[in-house]
Amino acid sequence: MAQAQETGELAVIIGLEVHVQLETDTKIFCGCSTAAADEPNTNTCPVCLGLPGALPVLNEGAVEAAVKVGKAIDATIPERTRFHRKNYYYPDLPKNFQISQYDAPICQDGRLEFSVGDERRTVGIRRAHLEEDPGSLKHKGGSIDTAEYTLVDYNRAGTPLLEIVTDPDFRDAAEVRAFLAKLEEVLEYLGVFDAGRDGSLRVDANLSVVAESEVGADGSVDADVLEAANRTEVKNISSHKGAEKALAYEAQRQKNAIERGRAVQQETRHWDESRGITVSMRSKEEEKDYRYYREADLPPLEVADWKEEIDIPELPDARRERFREEYGLDVEAADKLTATKQVADFYEELAAEFDADLAATWVADNLLGELNYRDMQVTDIDGRLDEVKRLVELVAAEEITAKNARETVLRSMLDDGRDPDTVVAEEGLGKTTGDEVQQAVEAAIEENPGAVEDYHAGEDGAINFLVGQVMQKTGGSADPGDVNQLLREALE
Amino acid sequence: MDYNAYVTEERIEGAEEGRLAGRTVAVKDNISTAGVRTTCGSAMLADYVPPYDATVVERLKEAGATIPGKTNMDEFGMGTTTETSAFGPVENPAAEGYVPGGSSGGSAAVVAAGDADMALGSDTGGSVRCPAAFCGVVGIKPTYGLVSRYGLIAYANSLEQIGPIAPTVEEAAELLEVIAGPDERDATTRDASEALGDGEATAITGDVTDEDGGYDFVSAADGDVDGMEIGVPTELLDGADDAVVEQFWAAIDDLEAAGASYHEVTLPSLEHAVEAYYVIATSEASSNLARFDGVRYGVSGGYDGDWNEAFARAREEGFGPEVKRRVLLGTFALSAGYQDKYYKKAQDARAWVKQDFDEALGAADVLASPTMPVPPLERGESLDDPLQMYLADANTTPVNLANLPAISVPAGETGDDRPVGLQFVGPAFGERAVIRAGSALG
Ligand SMILES: [Zn+2]
Repeated sequence: MAQAQETGELAVIIGLEVHVQLETDTKIFCGCSTAAADEPNTNTCPVCLGLPGALPVLNEGAVEAAVKVGKAIDATIPERTRFHRKNYYYPDLPKNFQISQYDAPICQDGRLEFSVGDERRTVGIRRAHLEEDPGSLKHKGGSIDTAEYTLVDYNRAGTPLLEIVTDPDFRDAAEVRAFLAKLEEVLEYLGVFDAGRDGSLRVDANLSVVAESEVGADGSVDADVLEAANRTEVKNISSHKGAEKALAYEAQRQKNAIERGRAVQQETRHWDESRGITVSMRSKEEEKDYRYYREADLPPLEVADWKEEIDIPELPDARRERFREEYGLDVEAADKLTATKQVADFYEELAAEFDADLAATWVADNLLGELNYRDMQVTDIDGRLDEVKRLVELVAAEEITAKNARETVLRSMLDDGRDPDTVVAEEGLGKTTGDEVQQAVEAAIEENPGAVEDYHAGEDGAINFLVGQVMQKTGGSADPGDVNQLLREALE
Repeated sequence: MDYNAYVTEERIEGAEEGRLAGRTVAVKDNISTAGVRTTCGSAMLADYVPPYDATVVERLKEAGATIPGKTNMDEFGMGTTTETSAFGPVENPAAEGYVPGGSSGGSAAVVAAGDADMALGSDTGGSVRCPAAFCGVVGIKPTYGLVSRYGLIAYANSLEQIGPIAPTVEEAAELLEVIAGPDERDATTRDASEALGDGEATAITGDVTDEDGGYDFVSAADGDVDGMEIGVPTELLDGADDAVVEQFWAAIDDLEAAGASYHEVTLPSLEHAVEAYYVIATSEASSNLARFDGVRYGVSGGYDGDWNEAFARAREEGFGPEVKRRVLLGTFALSAGYQDKYYKKAQDARAWVKQDFDEALGAADVLASPTMPVPPLERGESLDDPLQMYLADANTTPVNLANLPAISVPAGETGDDRPVGLQFVGPAFGERAVIRAGSALG
């Protein structure tokens, strides 16, 4: 066994199997809704319950979504795609086999480029295949090992899944996190994924440790070396952050073992999020035999032309570049404004109607800044983007000051849910008319003869004092520059 | 007399009007009926009541048929004698003391006894044709994809079709018209006239659709075989019982007298057909029957141990010996290290069988053979010798491997009054050809 030796530097090799739920209206093999249901076992029918005699019928919407992903990751779409049965017994699996893909997956040989810090990385995507999600288990009175009994909910059964299998191209946990973030971003851009849905992303990772000397100059590792190194499969990862933590832990655990001269067991380990450790699943790690064979109930699907026929939207990288060129944004602003399709679309809407710089300040700094401060996402105010747009309109028309718009109106929109016009009216923030300002200027001069004297004596600070007085009288709604100008005129 | 032909006698009434109004159609107990238990002849499903109707049951009801009950069968369709049912064996009304054939033995028996006007069976490797032959009635195994399987509890889903059993060819054709046709719930169904394409109609077949666009099989049952060319695969006569072969040639003589001609033909692949069939059928069965694990069906609960142990106990108790034998065989044939040796080889043999049939049917309108190489067996005879039972399927299984249509019609009796059946095999969606040939002997 070519375990990495105790001496010398060690390198970490990671490959991923990422399961993402595809957003379709109905399940992959029946007409049941994929929407979240309050009651268990209500979004079900004979097909997704696996009742005897029921037959699967392919939802082409799921195939379409997968083809979109294939285009986005530059994968090969086969002439025809077909389905296999993956046979294994598990209580959440209605038929005790899963309809999946084996020798003709819908996507093959793709890649995804992403940034880690300021480094660009590309990871190979070996394949992505469609399959049906099993149901979900609820263990009552304990964990999987100690529960008194277990309930099965088949609402999730039949939700379309895309299993994305990468090459073992990752060299550390941070890369995995960056990759997953990028993958989610792309999937959301394509409109085939909802990161907010519980369990919409599940990751299994294969991790092994080899001698650094085995890693080639281009970062590649010989297949034989990988085969010979014992690896662990880490399961139960459900977020980018979780992936980084789990794999950093697992890499260190394996390195420690090797450095102490102990062998790494080839096994499946469970990521225990709450304890922050991976735990051996202690099951006998037999070679799994899924007895894959053709699913005769589903005829092969001709998808040769689908790649040409299905359009995908502009992807994040391309859009980021375009934003920089078209709107003259800096890197940071362009990154923020293309982080999700929703934000980018909103930005472009504002830029078209008002002004690109104003739109950038309002979306990238003000809106995202205030949301971030409150630990909120743009998706949390989905239905209220029109109100934000109205606020920007008020600013653009100079009906309120930029300062009031952000510090009072936007904040109270987020904090107490009022709409911008209401806040402006109730807080009296409408820009004060010239007459009112003029009166305040005259009053300030009359009430502060000392300051007027100082001004005429050439003391420049006096004008600032008088501006402050005017601002106070107008409740801050006057423009300080204008006030300054008016005071100077009145004092001449 | 009680032939033990029904598992459940519970009437299901169809529409008031329709072409089958006033007639009874018994339904094999592996075809789902909403609200009426559907057991597959298995203790595992003794209490299973489907919440939905199979497509064919919907079509029967729309056509006005009354379903008098659910007929007994070999457990999950796994048998050639209807002796493996958990609800006891079925008697043969046409030959007392002998088996009725299987696995749709109950369906053939109720028709032979006159207890139902017609019946539905299912045919995975001969399960409609064999009992039709043994009980002296007519049975049709349709082209794969002609009839929806939605609601048919799968034994081997790439092989099986639901088919009619009736006293006459004309009635069988009529029942087939009712149940045939594409179904959006079964992705493997096809429209016959689309599948046949241009130039489908020949002098022998005629159009598969009538003026209204519906299927027309009945008009082919006119007994007119003048000019028909019949191929006789010698492989299917080689091992057959003498009394059966005698009746077979007598029937061919009758057809010749009616204007048909015949030639002998060899299909070398048939030598491997039974083996290929049993590997494929049991492989698929091992997967199709996996869902019966005691969680939602059959005996359940109270077992110690983990899930795997509980599943194993439920399956140990719920399945009979023939089902266990086939599930084990199939699991083995699909497993890593053996799949290439068995399952893949069987698939190659299947392709070869298809090719042989296509060639033979290029030079003949139909192929003819005895349906079964043997007359009805004595009850109990085959149970101790599964291999003998499997070999009795030599003439029927190749047709399922090739996805082709076939009919079994009565063709006389042996010296001791046991019915003999004759099988005609046609090209894909050539139901009219086999119906025409069969009707000449009716
Ligand atoms: Zn469903």
